[in-house]
Amino acid sequence: MRLGTFDRISDIRYQEAEQSLECALTCRKETRPSRLRVRKKSFEQKMVGIPSRHKSLALLGGVLLAQVLLLAVQIKRDSRGRLIRVWAVTAVTPFERMGAWGIGKVRGVWTHYFALQSTSRENEALRIENDALKLTIAQLQTRAAEADRLATLLSFKQSHENVPMLGARVIAASAGTASRTIEIDRGERDGIRRDMAVITPDGAVGKVIEAFRDSAQVLLLTDQYGGAGAMIVDSRVQGPVGGTGEPTLVMKYIPTEEEVKVGEKLVTSGMDKIFPRDIPVGTIVEVKAGNPFKLVRVQPAAKLDRLETVIVLLTQTPVEFKKEAEAANSVPSGPAAVVKP
Amino acid sequence: MTEAYELHSGETHIEVHKFFPGAIVLVTAVALVIQASAPVYFPKLRIFDLPLLVTIYFGLSRRNPSTGLLLGTVIGLSQDALSGPTVPLGFYGIAKTLVGYLASSIGARLDTEHPAARFALTFGFFVLQQGILVLVRRLLLAQPEPWFNVHLAIAAAVNALLGTVLFAGFDRLRRR
Repeated sequence: MRLGTFDRISDIRYQEAEQSLECALTCRKETRPSRLRVRKKSFEQKMVGIPSRHKSLALLGGVLLAQVLLLAVQIKRDSRGRLIRVWAVTAVTPFERMGAWGIGKVRGVWTHYFALQSTSRENEALRIENDALKLTIAQLQTRAAEADRLATLLSFKQSHENVPMLGARVIAASAGTASRTIEIDRGERDGIRRDMAVITPDGAVGKVIEAFRDSAQVLLLTDQYGGAGAMIVDSRVQGPVGGTGEPTLVMKYIPTEEEVKVGEKLVTSGMDKIFPRDIPVGTIVEVKAGNPFKLVRVQPAAKLDRLETVIVLLTQTPVEFKKEAEAANSVPSGPAAVVKP
Repeated sequence: MTEAYELHSGETHIEVHKFFPGAIVLVTAVALVIQASAPVYFPKLRIFDLPLLVTIYFGLSRRNPSTGLLLGTVIGLSQDALSGPTVPLGFYGIAKTLVGYLASSIGARLDTEHPAARFALTFGFFVLQQGILVLVRRLLLAQPEPWFNVHLAIAAAVNALLGTVLFAGFDRLRRR
């Protein structure tokens, strides 16, 4: 009995469950399509309603663009070709320019920063080459200067063909400061004898004090035992010029009453029987009053401290130095004059 | 088959008209032929722009911007083709494309059946077309062209007047 009741209750519950399941299924079937329809409808409204206006605008833009391009293809500007080509070039040029700029930058970065491995070696090689070139230039300058000096000597010699003279190279100077002498590469074998005058195209240098077989010693005017007979060009006042061991010369025995001016030129007087007349000696750079003689300092005409080549006069025949003397006078080489009463 | 539709926009009711088959093609062809041939015999008729009037009318009537602009394009390009080698293709085409599009757009929003409205619209579209043509000449062809002169104003008025008359005749081609 109880069992039968239980079975009935179970049947009823089973049927209720079955009905509810069916209901759930049917409800789903009914509700789902209706939701879909609503969604589909709203979607269609959105998709159809909004784009139709955009579609006509897009169509308008496309048709206008096509016709503008059509016009551009047909229109031909006089000097720049068809308009479409002008537009195409105008549109592309900025990008090309940007591309070229970018490539240039990249190439510059590569060249200046990354590809410097060989630059260091190249720099070193160039530095060595530069040093070698500097040396070569110095040698060439020396040779050029020597060539100039020799050319001057040659020119001087050619212009005094009637005067026997001999060119010589200075090969040594005095070892100490006590004397001012030089040694030349010509000697007795070349005809050089003691007390021959030694000059340069600029002026008197000194005299030969010792002649050896292949060389000779020359006592410069600036030596304290050196000297020459000289006279002032303008006033013709004569007096011996001698050295004091200093770079300048001193003209001696000029009476106080003689008027001597700074800047006046001196030439050899020929009274010493060594130098011919009229060889430039120097320029007066200082005049001091004295009793009974004036003290007159003279800047030598020849560059006695930088002698490299000299001329030895093989005779005492007067040498015409006027031109050289004038040239030397035009460029005063002495220090500023100091006149003391 | 329905002969006319109604667009409901708020409280306004605007009809979209349909025409007899071939009416648009025929009217367009006739307008182009007359435009190309009549000035040969009557030079003063050159002041009329029949293709423009056709574009305006069918644009206003059809009230579909896509159709209107395509009709304007076809009519304009045909006019270009018939205008000789000195007029490049696209010269009238661009102008009439814009006129067709604007006419259709305006026709979809306003009632353009009244003669006064048609006169004003035709006058305005004529001036607009001239403005576009001058713009194209200046910018693309690099030809100096005055923007406005008295002749243009007279031509606009004359075309507007002719358009008002012609449009009434074209209305007979509509399906009832």
